[in-house]
Amino acid sequence: MSLLPLTFLLPLAGTLVLALSRGRLGPRSSAVVGVVSVGLAALVTAWIGWHFVDSGVGGVDMTLWTWLSVGDFRPTIGLRLDGLSLTMIGIITGVGFLIHLFAAWYMQGEAGVTRFFAFMNLFVFSMLLLVLGDNMLLLFLGWEGVGLCSYLLIGYYYWTEANGWAAFKAFIVTRLGDVFLAIGLFLMFRELGTLNIAEILQRAPEVWAEGAWQAQLAALLILGGALGKSAQLPLHTWLADAMAGPTPVSALIHAATMVTAGVYLIARLHGVFELAPGVLYLVGLIGAVTLLLAGFAALAQTDIKRVLAYSTMSQIGYMFLALGVGAYDAAIFHLMMHGFFKALLFLSAGAVIVSCHHEQDMRRLGGLWRRLPLAYAGFVVGGAALAALPLVTAGFYSKDEILWEALAAGHGGLMLAGLIGAFLTSLYTLRLIIGTFHGEMKSDNARHAEPGRGLVHGLPLVVLAVLSTFLGAWIHPPLEAVLPTSPGAGVHGAGHTVLGIVAAATSLVGLGLGAWLFLTRWRWLSERVSTGWAARLWWLWHNAWGFDIAYDRLLVRPYRGLVRLLESDLIDRLLLLAAWLAWGLHRGLSLTQSGKMRYYAATMAAGVTLVLLVLVVSG
Amino acid sequence: MTLLWLILIPFIGGLLCWQGERFGEQAPRWIALGTMLMVLAITLGLWFYGDYHLPSLDPQGEAVRWTMEWQVAWIPRFGISIHLALDGLSLVLIALTGFLGILAVLCSWHEIVHRVGFFHLNLLWILGGVVGVFLAIDLFLFFFFWEMMLVPMYFLIALWGHSGSKGRTRIRAATKFFIYTQASGLLMLVSILGLVFANLAHTGEYSFDYATLMQTPLSDGLAMWLMLGFFIAFAVKLPVVPLHGWLPDAHAQAPTAGSVDLAGILLKTAAYGMLRFALPLFPEASQAFAPVAMGLGLLGIYYGALLACGQQDLKRLIAYTSISHMGFVLIGIYAGTELALQGVVMLMVAHAFSAAGLFIVSGQLYERLHTRDMREMGGLWGRLGSLPGFSLFFVAASLGMPGTANFLGEMMILFGAFPLVPWVVVLASGGLLLAAIYSLLLMQRVHFGPPQGKEHFADLDRREYLMMLTLTGLVLLFGLYPQPLLDTTGAAMLEVQQLFEGVAPLSSLAKGNQ
Repeated sequence: MSLLPLTFLLPLAGTLVLALSRGRLGPRSSAVVGVVSVGLAALVTAWIGWHFVDSGVGGVDMTLWTWLSVGDFRPTIGLRLDGLSLTMIGIITGVGFLIHLFAAWYMQGEAGVTRFFAFMNLFVFSMLLLVLGDNMLLLFLGWEGVGLCSYLLIGYYYWTEANGWAAFKAFIVTRLGDVFLAIGLFLMFRELGTLNIAEILQRAPEVWAEGAWQAQLAALLILGGALGKSAQLPLHTWLADAMAGPTPVSALIHAATMVTAGVYLIARLHGVFELAPGVLYLVGLIGAVTLLLAGFAALAQTDIKRVLAYSTMSQIGYMFLALGVGAYDAAIFHLMMHGFFKALLFLSAGAVIVSCHHEQDMRRLGGLWRRLPLAYAGFVVGGAALAALPLVTAGFYSKDEILWEALAAGHGGLMLAGLIGAFLTSLYTLRLIIGTFHGEMKSDNARHAEPGRGLVHGLPLVVLAVLSTFLGAWIHPPLEAVLPTSPGAGVHGAGHTVLGIVAAATSLVGLGLGAWLFLTRWRWLSERVSTGWAARLWWLWHNAWGFDIAYDRLLVRPYRGLVRLLESDLIDRLLLLAAWLAWGLHRGLSLTQSGKMRYYAATMAAGVTLVLLVLVVSG
Repeated sequence: MTLLWLILIPFIGGLLCWQGERFGEQAPRWIALGTMLMVLAITLGLWFYGDYHLPSLDPQGEAVRWTMEWQVAWIPRFGISIHLALDGLSLVLIALTGFLGILAVLCSWHEIVHRVGFFHLNLLWILGGVVGVFLAIDLFLFFFFWEMMLVPMYFLIALWGHSGSKGRTRIRAATKFFIYTQASGLLMLVSILGLVFANLAHTGEYSFDYATLMQTPLSDGLAMWLMLGFFIAFAVKLPVVPLHGWLPDAHAQAPTAGSVDLAGILLKTAAYGMLRFALPLFPEASQAFAPVAMGLGLLGIYYGALLACGQQDLKRLIAYTSISHMGFVLIGIYAGTELALQGVVMLMVAHAFSAAGLFIVSGQLYERLHTRDMREMGGLWGRLGSLPGFSLFFVAASLGMPGTANFLGEMMILFGAFPLVPWVVVLASGGLLLAAIYSLLLMQRVHFGPPQGKEHFADLDRREYLMMLTLTGLVLLFGLYPQPLLDTTGAAMLEVQQLFEGVAPLSSLAKGNQ
């Protein structure tokens, strides 16, 4: 266990080497440093995980040093390893390593490989601290750190102005959530007198009664932070634009790890949410609404990465739904499975994009399945898992569990939303695969596609593909000791079987309908959605229900107006009036000093007269 | 005597620089560097050998409250003496002065080529004046140093500054700076005299001594007026909106070394003044005034941040961010809990480093691009070697990224103030969002976007790289292991807190809330 700090120190060392190299490292050695450091971290994690599961203890605490100590404010740099954090660091270093490896292929020939791997390693470091931190302040350090790395990597191709603004938007929107989270920390520290997570979970039920307003407020504020990071309504608008970054970044940060941090946070602080049932229900409700809205939006995208982005939002919606019904373990299980298959989908998309000379619009792809068999296989396996193809895919098991838990907890409405979402998922997944890989090749970039070669390119895809099948679902995260058992856990009655069949049928019907629609009716569909009310609906879905436009009108423009209004420092101008006044008096009085003798004589005479007059009158 | 030497060394060093110019341009630079290294070394020695865990308030009220003290009569007729004293707070700020002094000398190495000797005379005299401010506990002496440091700063801006567009000349900026601070200093003088006469009426003796004047009984109204005199003087220097008008002009027009000193140290004299004089001398009046002060702090946070977003001049942008950060300091001071006050110290130190870093970055940019107008920048990442990386770091520090000292400073203030004034803290937290907006706007406008040319600029040379790396290291060190700093100032801040809370209508209010 004493090796635990190595998991994040290794990526940190990688970052430092890369950052301080000052351009002395070539692209190849940079990639080696980046990949090897994370690879070693993955090995250490495997070693730790092996021993941890073997030892059978519930959790290990390790305090490195006291961060600061003023009065009773004593946050530490302390780590906690338990089933939940072990699951998370497994995903982060394992999937992270595979993505780093793939990135070494993806980034060949790009400018600034050193910078890329420095930020990627820094990301892994921050993400590990986020999940390992035993107190909220250290968690917050990781939380903001991943936000910064996300910002830097979205804006990686900085020379295109739009990418910079996409990165800016991502940071600002998530930061808004972070402000809520910070206020939540202030509140919890005032009420509970600690920031240590274990102590918070222990003291919260002692101090707060169920439904106490402080508990509700604290849960609500934490939820605010989670919504921003996990791109859920109404703070979801940044994720689709975040696809401006290199594709491995989207795979690692905007699919497998960072965006699920909100799920982790709520699961970690489940004790607070249990005291605020209303807020917990809100979590599920937001998840349900997000998964539906994002599902529709995914149907109407043409950029393959944007389809995947909305699909990520939708899948995280499932996790929030699971959290909302108290099925924390199901949420984390789906988080893990989603990490596998979404990373696979993104990496396959990356393979397509590089092979097709950075073309990522479905309207200019198509017919690639023969030319890019490995990427196609990745898409098929990943897409099947995403659409929860029954029995053979990982996604089926995790999604089925969520739906069952929702029903078992008595939230039939949420369960229904999940079912509809599953149908939508099947549709957009098939549209994505058919649009990219079937039909005719719609541009020269597609016609001249060059498949990727080599182990660095192939190995991550193959490993992730294996993990996305039912084999991945055999991995059993050791969560029993950390998270409360949910109402539906371990119940395998007839209800569960029926629901499983219904869910499977929904998915299959969706796939069937999708296959029919997109294989045989693609042209008809495209024409249909370009006229009349269908065009308007299409536009609405394509713009993800117009949130961006509304936020622009309601928030961004007034803010910019305010900035422009104040630009010249109005208050300063006001105080400068004093200076103008002095200047004016000076001008007025200097008129009297004209140097003309007759004016002086006249003034003097007038003055004498006035004085005499006063004397006469008063005397 | 050591304390006296701390003040004298920069003054003597300044004279040597002035005369040293006869031996070539390099001589003043090396003399100035040596002088400031000496100041820093002495301060670190004092820190290493001194004991700053003093008992805060002894039951008799006669406890040893200073780690070091030195006194000699100056104008005995009026009870004025040269009375210097050192505690943890002044030690930290003097160390900061020494360190930023070194940076100021280093960053002027190539920037200043005219009248090098006289430049360093002014630079060192500012620093000497600041050290004096941090050590003087005779109010007359304090006032003396307070006014004294303005004159060389005026020359620094007026003689070596840059002229901006739209009639923003360096002379105008220097004059504005001088008039603002001079006028406010006058109010402080009136307040000091008022306090001295009140004490005279009570004890029948003239005294300008800190400890004596603290015992002066004052009526509520008088205390409020006198406190306001001090507050306004410090508020101008901090600066507090609406009295901030001099700062952006002074920063934008000053040479890099001037900006580093202004942001890093001169602004901190104001916070120091509040902690050392305004609060302890008038605890009741300060308590009563606290809501207004915190309101002004909030105004500063938002106003500074909004204006920072609208600037085209890089240095003006950074100047406005200083105003925003100082809003947090003001809130922390008037919240007055131990945690918040320690946060104030932390944020002062952190802001000194990060603002100095940003100003040095903009100085280095100016040396390469010959402009500070962000409309002429853009896409500089990849064309400047390691400079953008350091910009990014200091930008991240300024937006309060965890791991940097700035984060701890802001968080300690907010955590510390929340139990007393939750709504103020909630509103102030909005400043964290605005900080992200202006900081990233800076990155976007300067370093991202399409490059406006193909040529590459010179990478940082060894001197520049070392400066930036040291600053980076310090920001991270204090962000991750701040305890030595906090232990040093702990006793001093606890004392301020106890004086402040002795009356405590605010804390009783908070208890009513719970």
